[in-house]
Amino acid sequence: MSGVRLLVGTRKGAFVLTSDAKRERWDISGPHFGGWEIYHLKGSPADPNRLYASQTSGWFGQIIQRSNDGGTTWEPVGNQFVYDGVPGTHQWYDGTPHPWEFKRVWHLEPSLTDPDTVYAGIEDAALFRSTDGGQTWHELSGLRGHGSGPSWQPGAGGMCLHTIIQDPSNPNRMFVAISAAGAFRTDDAGVTWKPINQGLRSEHIPDPNAEVGHCVHRIAMNCARPETLYMQKHWDVMRSDDAGDSWREVSGNLPSDFGFPIDVHPHEPDTVFVVPIKSDSEHYPPDGKLRVYRSRSGGNEWEALTNGLPQKDCYVNVLRDAMSVDSLDSCGVYFGTTGGQVYASANAGDSWSAIVRDLPAVLSVEAQTLA
Amino acid sequence: MIKVVLPAHLRTLARVDGAVDLDLEGPATQRSVLNALEHRYPMLLGTIRDPVTQQRRAFVRFFACSRDLSHEVPDAPLPEAVATGAEPLLVVGAIAGG
Repeated sequence: MSGVRLLVGTRKGAFVLTSDAKRERWDISGPHFGGWEIYHLKGSPADPNRLYASQTSGWFGQIIQRSNDGGTTWEPVGNQFVYDGVPGTHQWYDGTPHPWEFKRVWHLEPSLTDPDTVYAGIEDAALFRSTDGGQTWHELSGLRGHGSGPSWQPGAGGMCLHTIIQDPSNPNRMFVAISAAGAFRTDDAGVTWKPINQGLRSEHIPDPNAEVGHCVHRIAMNCARPETLYMQKHWDVMRSDDAGDSWREVSGNLPSDFGFPIDVHPHEPDTVFVVPIKSDSEHYPPDGKLRVYRSRSGGNEWEALTNGLPQKDCYVNVLRDAMSVDSLDSCGVYFGTTGGQVYASANAGDSWSAIVRDLPAVLSVEAQTLA
Repeated sequence: MIKVVLPAHLRTLARVDGAVDLDLEGPATQRSVLNALEHRYPMLLGTIRDPVTQQRRAFVRFFACSRDLSHEVPDAPLPEAVATGAEPLLVVGAIAGG
């Protein structure tokens, strides 16, 4: 029987939420790794019971956990992330050189085809890969070393590599995004990388049109149309139809084009979801109304989705990894808030209900569609 | 026999209850105790000290016999009472909110 498993990372542990395909009743297990920050969990597309989790703590550092049974039991695997060669420096907040230092894993992206291969996006920004189920990790240093690395700078949350997208039509192509450096693409399986930020404009850097330095918050792709990418930038919602070679703004009628997550309908490549946030200094929704905005035209024209969401006195945030979609026929959309709510829609956003309301602050939500 | 008391999160990670008893070869020092601890509980690698530089993590401290040993050099002998197992070496997470 088909169903959905949600993997929820929070400030104080991980939770696994499961439902059948109706998505009306949910079982909640957790907290797993109680008291630890769980930045991200994700399952292998090739083996949905193989999960990886990033468990981190300001006291005790980084742990990577692996499950082979869908999150019932876990085992710690390798946690050594050592930069390739002499790491050098990037820019600090004030523009001075600052040594590259490992802090934590923000995002884990299992391979589309091999359960033992998984990518890790880390802070300070770099991309690592494991091919032995997370036991050992090796940097794909062509990204950090391609030339612009010394000019990258941290966003407010740190200099993190937070987005990793594999192109299902081309195993050599992958996209990553870094705050605050921008988006990058490889066409040779991670050996070499190029910045893909043409068309982005960011007023917080000396040259608003610079090749790198942009605070990209999230990128999303529909697997059926991998040349088309959507981006939620620090400000601006952007779209590319040439695999990132150029971007154009599609913020249109959004009440604010600041925000963190962005996602694409699994069956409708022109249907996009964002959660507008008032500003970068007020990380809460405009007017105290929590609204998901949906475009069915690939951007520019957006409609507010409010049915079941709080429409007054709501001042939570939705972080960049905290929205996900399932691939059931009637698309499920899910997001978690810094107030600990996880909202679900089983009808592509037309109506919403809270699966759970009182978790710790939600850092990430990943939906797995189970056969 | 050395007794080591871990903070709650690391006891959970290592799946141990109470103090950990370790047999050491050679003198009892912070380094030899941590080497033995990490050998027996490899999931603790990197949680107390950096696996490459071997430096104590900033928010971890070592107490024993009512003394703060955090800033002792790693190869300094531990107090006799710790070396004999009469007193435990306490690995402590620094007090901080959150």
